[in-house]
Amino acid sequence: MRVFARFLPRRAPSVLPGFGPALGFALAYLSIIVLMPLAALVLRPAELGFSGFVAVVTQPRVLAALRLSFGASLIAAAINAVFGMIVAWVLVRYSFPGKRLVDALVDLPFALPTAVAGVALTALYAPNGWIGRLLQPLGIEVAFTPLGVVVALVFIGLPFVVRTVQPVLQDLDREVEEAAASLGASRWQTIVRVILPAILPALLTGFALALARGVGEYGSVIFIAGNMPLVSEIAPLLIVIKLEQYDYAGAAAVGVAMLSISFVMLLILNLLQRWHRGH
Amino acid sequence: MNIEIKDIQKRFGDFVALHQINLAIAQGELLALLGPSGSGKTTLLRIIAGLEQPTSGSILFGGDDLVGQSLRERKIGFVFQHYALFRHMTVFENVAFGLRVKRRAERPAEAEIGKRVRRLLDLVQLGPFGGRYPSQLSGGQRQRVALARALAIGPRVLMLDEPFGALDAKVRKELRRWLRGLHDEMGLTSVFVTHDQEEALELADRVVIMNQGRIEQIGSPDYVYEHPASAFAYEFLGNVNRFECAIRNGQAVFAGGTISVPENANTGDGPAIAYVRPHDIEVFTGPTAAALAATVSYISAAGPLAKVEVAAADGRLIEIELARPMLRALALKVGSLVHIRARKARVFRRDAEPSPGETHSIRGEGRYSEPATPPAPMWHI
Amino acid sequence: MATETKAPAASPAPATAAAIGEPAWARNLLIALGLGFIGLFLVLPLVAVFIEALSNGIGAYLAALHTPDTLAAIRLTLLVAAIAVPCNLVFGVIAAWAIAKFEFTGRSVLITFIDLPFSVSPVISGLVYVLLFGAHGWFGPWLVANNVQIIFAVPGIVLATIFVTFPFVARELIPLMQEQGTEEEEAALSLGANGWQTFWRVTLPNIKWGLLYGVLLSNARAMGEFGAVSVVSGHIRGLTNTMPLHVEILYNEYNFVGAFAVASLLALLALVTLVLKSLLEWRFGHELAVTRH
Repeated sequence: MRVFARFLPRRAPSVLPGFGPALGFALAYLSIIVLMPLAALVLRPAELGFSGFVAVVTQPRVLAALRLSFGASLIAAAINAVFGMIVAWVLVRYSFPGKRLVDALVDLPFALPTAVAGVALTALYAPNGWIGRLLQPLGIEVAFTPLGVVVALVFIGLPFVVRTVQPVLQDLDREVEEAAASLGASRWQTIVRVILPAILPALLTGFALALARGVGEYGSVIFIAGNMPLVSEIAPLLIVIKLEQYDYAGAAAVGVAMLSISFVMLLILNLLQRWHRGH
Repeated sequence: MNIEIKDIQKRFGDFVALHQINLAIAQGELLALLGPSGSGKTTLLRIIAGLEQPTSGSILFGGDDLVGQSLRERKIGFVFQHYALFRHMTVFENVAFGLRVKRRAERPAEAEIGKRVRRLLDLVQLGPFGGRYPSQLSGGQRQRVALARALAIGPRVLMLDEPFGALDAKVRKELRRWLRGLHDEMGLTSVFVTHDQEEALELADRVVIMNQGRIEQIGSPDYVYEHPASAFAYEFLGNVNRFECAIRNGQAVFAGGTISVPENANTGDGPAIAYVRPHDIEVFTGPTAAALAATVSYISAAGPLAKVEVAAADGRLIEIELARPMLRALALKVGSLVHIRARKARVFRRDAEPSPGETHSIRGEGRYSEPATPPAPMWHI
Repeated sequence: MATETKAPAASPAPATAAAIGEPAWARNLLIALGLGFIGLFLVLPLVAVFIEALSNGIGAYLAALHTPDTLAAIRLTLLVAAIAVPCNLVFGVIAAWAIAKFEFTGRSVLITFIDLPFSVSPVISGLVYVLLFGAHGWFGPWLVANNVQIIFAVPGIVLATIFVTFPFVARELIPLMQEQGTEEEEAALSLGANGWQTFWRVTLPNIKWGLLYGVLLSNARAMGEFGAVSVVSGHIRGLTNTMPLHVEILYNEYNFVGAFAVASLLALLALVTLVLKSLLEWRFGHELAVTRH
């Protein structure tokens, strides 16, 4: 009966004290720090009017920046989905020396300030850098091109995939695989038909998180991107540039456009996941 | 401390967890609230303890109304189902907690706290375990720490939520006896909640049987076992065989014959269900009047009572308990053809389910005046 | 976010793994791919930071750090973290108390709101405060009239930092406290403790490692935040320049040793954070929300 009660809203709740003040404080702090500022973001473009808003976000430079931010994020998230799954698999299923170190290291992009990642990646991939030097004879330029944006976003997004897939892989019942094997499935069939479907929702979640993070990413990208308008200029940078010109409404319009596209993409992914679960 | 519960009602949204509960608990009594999960027994216990507020009604402790009084003012020793021991404190600190959080003026000196805690730990036979953490104890030991901790505040009443629920069978039995002994020694009014009828019947002075937020019956263990007030109470208290039948002219009419059920003399005709305890079935090897033919399908002779399962002609399985000498005398084997007859049956009209709001204990005594029989042995699957 | 790997099961036990494991070549290939990827994308950049910082020798490294602007940036970064982290710590504990220990309608909406700052671009996190407090923002004219400066000053940096680190503590504590339930608190109250005693003696000791974990992560982010702070800072050297912003300035001035020297300090902070975080996960994993699922 107590279990039942949990699912119902309770007006006069438990015997623990402090609910009113705690909720009141939390709501006030949340409103001041998060909600009011975000409201300003959403309301500010209103002064442009709808046609003004459309005019801002359809400027060729804005469109190019949005295309780059979302395109590079999609590519980077896809790369991370593949390699992140491999890393998670290796960390969960195999043992090798230094495994714990590698496991801890996966969180480096969470902990390393993005500016540091940015300058380090630029140093590596610049034409005279350790990796850039090797790629240059092959005609591949990474730094100061859209490819550089992808590299930075791969760095930033990796832990999102690994850390969402890893626990699911860990909790996967190995008996199910044994059952598949005992029923005559080859290892490959077991992986494709039994394991992959089980971790697909987590993989999609990790992909979505990496994608969302990549779209908004700024610090690690601006150093390596070169920031050439129409070519390697990302959307967040455009916001900064508009702000420097005191075009607040324009900056907010780009911000709202970014958030809207992200929201729609995440919604689609969410629906995809639900559809997958429904099957 | 005697407790009086008056018209307690509890709703969670549209769901009524407790309907108008009335109950009086006498000083020094050990009372069991017995019922299946969802029956409202834990909610009732938590309301008495002040862990939850009733929607309406009042609770009097020795005459004072407690509703609205805060938990800490009530001085109720509450033993939680999963003990709720403070995991970061030692056993000693757990027991001392209630003394340490007293207002400075009432707080005993450190030496006094130490003395009292050690005395309580000795009482629950955990003297040497004061320095351990809850995670280092077995389930039964944790249970006793929870009890000592509750007793430390000198409670007016002791309340236990499924006190033996998380323990294995053997520990459960031992702790049960020990708790009964402790209760008798301390004379503290105690209320416990359980879904285990054996536990309730063995331990309590009185049993309150609850179902769907209502009290079905109140009475001594003997009485409620022998005179269940409702079909629900009958089924809940021990193993039982159900037979479809009909009441006609005060007699229960079965497929295989008719039994007279004098206590149903005033019950109108209609479809009914007869309940027969497994030990109330007689077995004959030869044809017998008003008996049902059946085939023995299973015999388990381990334990003092043999359990025999027979299949009736329609394939239904009926459980029977026989004393072992009887089993031997009948020379039953799997496949033997037997005739069975109910020695005693309780018949409930299908449409005459108990209506809410009646005073159940009175109805229980009034309607079923079965002559007293010696206490029946219990077993349950 | 991190999940501790329970290592023992991973090594292929001879009997069962033979039935369901991969062939050795596949195993080795996957390990090589995974480690290679991590080496290329995670280890190499980290190593590059230190090599570049020390490329002109340790003397040049120390000299690069020992400039007034760099020291001012370090001081500002420490100051900002020292304000932002405790603010969010207090918020996190109080919000978690309300959300995890009570049931009320709209609870999940509240949790979603708390998570919002994580799904917003850092640049937007800064932008929103410019829209409120900048010269042309909602409160801009009033602030100018009253001579209060928030944007391009320390208060703006603190606000933006609070925004981006907002969810860390609450997000760790809410699931932890939810899982711990309210029985221990109820027990404490039934034993006569008042609300404060219950919180300090029962609740807080139970969540201390989770709290530390949240603080650790929010501190790392507070000290390392770039995008949000960059928008509100104004980049005034010696005054509103935090360490990550200082890295950018030095880098754009082609002072690579200086830039990487400051970057190396931040990288060290990241490494220390990772070590402490891993230690917490290994030692107290069962008392953290992140490592339980």
